[in-house]
Amino acid sequence: MITPGRIVRLAERDRAEVHFLLAGEMRGALAGDTVLTAMLASGHALRNSEFGSESRAGFCLMGACQDCWVWQEEGPCLRACTTLIAEGMRLRTTPPENWP
Amino acid sequence: MSDLASPRIVIVGAGPAGIRAAATLVDAGFHPIVIDEGQRAGGQIYRRPPAGFTRPPQQLYGSEAQKARALHSLFDQLAAEGRLTHYARSSVIAVHEGRLHVLRESGVQVIFYDRLILATGASDRVAPVPGWQSAGVYSLGAAQIALKAQGVALGRRIVLTGSGPLLTLVGAQLVKAGAHVPAVLDTSPWRQQLRGLWELAARPVVALRGLVMRAQLGGRYHAGVTLERIETDGSGVAAVRWRDAGGRQRATSCDMVGMGWHLRAETHLADLAGCAFTYDEQWRQWLPKIDRMGRAGNGIYLAGDGVRLLGADGAEIAGCLAAAACLADLGRPAPSANADLHKLARLERFARGLACAFPWPSEMVRALPEDAIVCRCENVSAGVVRESADAGGGEANRVKSLSRVGMGRCQGRYCQLAAVELVAAKAGCKPDAVGRFRGQAPVRPAPIGAFLRES
Ligand SMILES: Cc1cc2nc3c(=O)[nH]c(=O)nc-3n(C[C@H](O)[C@H](O)[C@H](O)COP(=O)(O)OP(=O)(O)OC[C@H]3O[C@@H](n4cnc5c(N)ncnc54)[C@H](O)[C@@H]3O)c2cc1C
Ligand code: FES
Repeated sequence: MITPGRIVRLAERDRAEVHFLLAGEMRGALAGDTVLTAMLASGHALRNSEFGSESRAGFCLMGACQDCWVWQEEGPCLRACTTLIAEGMRLRTTPPENWP
Repeated sequence: MSDLASPRIVIVGAGPAGIRAAATLVDAGFHPIVIDEGQRAGGQIYRRPPAGFTRPPQQLYGSEAQKARALHSLFDQLAAEGRLTHYARSSVIAVHEGRLHVLRESGVQVIFYDRLILATGASDRVAPVPGWQSAGVYSLGAAQIALKAQGVALGRRIVLTGSGPLLTLVGAQLVKAGAHVPAVLDTSPWRQQLRGLWELAARPVVALRGLVMRAQLGGRYHAGVTLERIETDGSGVAAVRWRDAGGRQRATSCDMVGMGWHLRAETHLADLAGCAFTYDEQWRQWLPKIDRMGRAGNGIYLAGDGVRLLGADGAEIAGCLAAAACLADLGRPAPSANADLHKLARLERFARGLACAFPWPSEMVRALPEDAIVCRCENVSAGVVRESADAGGGEANRVKSLSRVGMGRCQGRYCQLAAVELVAAKAGCKPDAVGRFRGQAPVRPAPIGAFLRES
């Protein structure tokens, strides 16, 4: 699988493919990927910082820093490093329009 | 199975310390509840990939594969036989008067305990470097988790920096897995590393293994480095600027930086549970007070890297000891502790060697430029922290409320040591005189909806 994103797959490439939507665009990932892995396999960031101009791509990967929360088209935000990707997930890097 | 008359013992953390504590209690006829955020028991070092991954333990855990396998199968067997209750994917977010508030998929659940064993482990101890808020900067632990639990590298050109055993280990693991690692930058100079050697010899095999891995890094490894800044472009990290031991300016282009200066004990729950703390000079951090067995008082016991940074073997021993103390306090026969205490003493000596050889970079932190970000969560700069140090009279919690450093979503895990260092520098005192950031609940962010569903 070609991965033009931030991460490089070094092992365990023989897993089933799953598909999800990121900002309405179809993306591919592998079953067992975290949302973080899935998003960074084809992108460079998870979200933008609320306090600065830079983008963020997670930091600790162990659920401690909370840098990796991403939005879904509907439903609650997800912590990308501790949530596994699932077929048909609809994710976004910016808050939905009706976000309070 | 436990009956109502039997005291309820809850263990937080299913790493080596929590697993050993649970097994010791089961052996004595108890039915402990073990709560962990992870899907599968194992903790940090023995973290297991999700279902469907196929690399064997030998490839995942190297020299520690046998220990990993033993702990995993011990825990899985006790759980399968119904001799303990495992709450997986469950975060303890608060402790209050004998009750734990546990965030689960179904909402927040309140769990009562008579005795509580906290085995919450550690996270990377990080120091701010200008530019570290950018996408592509990760902790060393993150680089290892990505490799172990996902089979990925977090970048195409990786620079690792910091100091401590994890720096060399993660470097060697990434190189072996085929990642491109142009530089491993250790802020500890050779002469400092040599000072720790005598005590590191307490575990000759482990020390030797470290040296072999260091050798595998070859010319990538540089000791005595000073980090200047992380440069960025539109998509994140672009290069690290650093000075070598001779003071020469260097730059290494990269798209990922992994950083860490050994570990910081995860003490948040101990704090909420009311444990007393002391400042530990050796580790330059506040640690909960315990006796040799792990007793913190009030029916609370602490074990593993969450209270003393002794590594995975030490965590296993400490887990057994904490459970033994708990049994003794309940008036039940407890396994003898002498041999374990003896082993722990050797591990403590080794840990002193590590702390000495790979110190926290206090000079580098004190020299941070005004505009360097200290708190990654809310982009609070060194300048703002220093200003509030003046206004706050050099007291950690005043500085916190004035500058918001430590109030972000990570709850100060990754900024508080640096913030305290800056305040101490400004106030002209030692970090312990500045005090300690008070922990606040919830330990993990909980959606408001979860509390509405509280059961
Ligand atoms: C990222 C990382 C990588 C490491 N890699 C190595 C290595 O390769 N080799 C090595 O020798 N040492 C390594 N260490 C050190 C190693 O983690 C420890 O020596 C060992 O795992 C300590 O065991 P423990 O049982 O004390 O804690 P851990 O193994 O860290 O287990 C603690 C457990 O507590 C759980 N927990 C914490 N807080 C909560 C909460 N509020 N609610 C629910 N559950 C909670 C965590 O999910 C975790 O599973 C690493 C440390 C880190 C942080
Ligand atoms: S990357 Fe730190 S919580 Fe997800």
